[in-house]
Amino acid sequence: MLLEVKNLHVEVEGKKILNGLTLTVEKGQVAAIMGPNGSGKSTLAYVLAGKDNYNVTEGEILLNGESILEMAPDERAAKGVFLAFQYPVEVPGVATMTFLRTALNAQRKTRGEPEFSTPDFIKRVRETSARLGVSQEHLRRAVNVGFSGGEKKRNEILQMAILEPVLAVLDETDSGLDIDALKIVAEGVNRLRAPDRSMIVITHYQRLLEFIVPDVVHVLAKGRVVKSGGKELALELEASGYAQFTDEAA
Amino acid sequence: MPAVQETVDRVRQIDVDQYKYGFVTDIESEKASIGLSEDTVRYISAKKNEPAWMLEWRLAAFKRWLTMREPTWARVDYPKIDYQDAYYYSAPKKKPELSSLDEVDPQILETYKKLGIPLREQEMLAGVVRRDEDGNVLAERRVAVDAVFDSVSVATTFKEELKRAGVIFLPMSEAIQQHPELVRKYLGSVVPVTDNFFATLNSAVFSDGSFVYVPPGVRCPMELSTYFRINEANTGQFERTLIIADKGAYVSYLEGCTAPMRDENQLHAAVVELVTHDDAEIKYSTVQNWYPGDADGKGGIFNFVTKRGDCRGARSKISWTQVETGSAITWKYPSCILRGDNSRGEFYSIAISNGRQQVDSGTKMIHLGKNTTSRIISKGIAAGKSDNTYRGLVTAHRKATGARNFTNCDSLLIGDQCGAHTVPYIEAKNSSSVFEHEASTSKISEDMLFYCRQRGMSAEEATALVVNGFVRDVLQQLPMEFAVEAQKLISISLEGSVG
Repeated sequence: MLLEVKNLHVEVEGKKILNGLTLTVEKGQVAAIMGPNGSGKSTLAYVLAGKDNYNVTEGEILLNGESILEMAPDERAAKGVFLAFQYPVEVPGVATMTFLRTALNAQRKTRGEPEFSTPDFIKRVRETSARLGVSQEHLRRAVNVGFSGGEKKRNEILQMAILEPVLAVLDETDSGLDIDALKIVAEGVNRLRAPDRSMIVITHYQRLLEFIVPDVVHVLAKGRVVKSGGKELALELEASGYAQFTDEAA
Repeated sequence: MPAVQETVDRVRQIDVDQYKYGFVTDIESEKASIGLSEDTVRYISAKKNEPAWMLEWRLAAFKRWLTMREPTWARVDYPKIDYQDAYYYSAPKKKPELSSLDEVDPQILETYKKLGIPLREQEMLAGVVRRDEDGNVLAERRVAVDAVFDSVSVATTFKEELKRAGVIFLPMSEAIQQHPELVRKYLGSVVPVTDNFFATLNSAVFSDGSFVYVPPGVRCPMELSTYFRINEANTGQFERTLIIADKGAYVSYLEGCTAPMRDENQLHAAVVELVTHDDAEIKYSTVQNWYPGDADGKGGIFNFVTKRGDCRGARSKISWTQVETGSAITWKYPSCILRGDNSRGEFYSIAISNGRQQVDSGTKMIHLGKNTTSRIISKGIAAGKSDNTYRGLVTAHRKATGARNFTNCDSLLIGDQCGAHTVPYIEAKNSSSVFEHEASTSKISEDMLFYCRQRGMSAEEATALVVNGFVRDVLQQLPMEFAVEAQKLISISLEGSVG
């Protein structure tokens, strides 16, 4: 088991958002998390990544059997946790290339691995970006500054490809994308599916799951998982909506 | 705001003991007796074996200084300086004549080694190959160094090659001996003896500094560099630098400063004068990391500097680039007098303050000639309990028709106990001038730090990256080896993570 989330209770600014959430993700599995607005989907993403102000009051998160609750965000990143942000942040003046290299080498340093030499790194980025259809010009631009919605999301996928996480959490990667951009991003994600890489795909809509087909679907409502099933569960939800779960949980 | 808080904590932890250059070199030195009087001025002049005109010049300055008052308009607060409780001249005792670097006191060379100055010519000739991000080999650069150890220039490298090009690059004291006509013509012609309290003091007691003259049409074959270092306790350092680019000449000059830790505040009052004739250009870059004082504001350098360039000729250009990370007090306004028609002045600045540092810095662009242009890019970064003020003057005189200025001042705050202030003065005395002023103040956002940390960077690395992004426009103006140094320095001064 790659990820075990056990009876997780989380408060944000005194407000309880997750209420005993339990979830497991197997190695290599792609798990979709669906749910209505306010069900705690993004909170789950942030808690996994270790964002400040998300207070875990009860429960446990184990990555490969090891608790990560006390780890700083960068330590978790070095353990292979990656979060593709719903709203990627702009970092003015920092070229995407520089950002990637700083991030990758920081992770390697934390893991006690040697840093990449500049030529090796450049080779790696060039190959990966070519595969994802990211231009050289894009690599020279400041991180996410002036990027379109599609470019920002593609930039997240590029970072994921370079950093090679064991657990990738994609938070509403489909939001703000038109169908063409969505297809490109989904294709990028699909290329990164691997036996030793698990993914949690968080989405409100079933649409994304047509392109990134999950192994399992979990439905989140009022801060806990209320139903789990195969990929067909997404289609059921599309037909019946979330109301049944919000009523049930209430 | 825990993420920000953490950064602030980290920054706060920067202990003064981590000041990398805080070591004292134990060398016997020769000092003037304590205090400042006409005798002190005569002593310094005699030590330098100066001609009578130079002594007269100094004495006139000293008389004038006695009638002047210390300026108080800057946004800095410091204990009253006792000008009688300092040494005004200190020189390492050495063999009288040095014919090569080998004769320089090994301890001094060791000090420079610690500072990372490539003093030895062979090292410089070996030239480290640097690559940019795309793996391309950057042009190897060579730098001629005039090292000022306390008050005396210890060794000057690359003299021969410069001589062949006709470039004069000498310690000021030697220039006074060897080229009195040039020194007399230009010294004090940009910053008059009576200019201001600190400049006048400097005029009376300046001990050494650099002199550069680039003859007409010559492009200086290498970058020129001076490293200043204050070693002796309680000595003020009063360098005097004078750079002249004659018609169509070009020179790039780098100045770097460090000082060991001292409990007492040390006074530093330099004067730098630049002159460009028709079509000439001077690029002057400074990296200043004097000792900033400890976390409680004890000790540190008081830096009161007058730097001014005179674009005397048509189409001439002066560009100041500064990276200011040290000093307890910084009072510094590198300026341009745009006298020649179509001349251009530039000021690029990064000023970082931390702990209890106080920075009041900026520039003056004085448009006198027609169609003169100027550009100001200032990036202030305040952390800890520091105060960081940009103070700038842009003025166009009646006859300066078609003058243009663009000013951009950005401030970045780290934590909530520091301050950033912008004080622009803008005066246009004719109707055809166009002045633009942009300013912004921002805080390093928690979201930005979290984004970086999620990708694996520590809080320090994330802060350094964001800050480096913030100052990028200015870093790009620095010569390559300085930019690399400056980038490191920014990390050191903000994170305390050396290396």
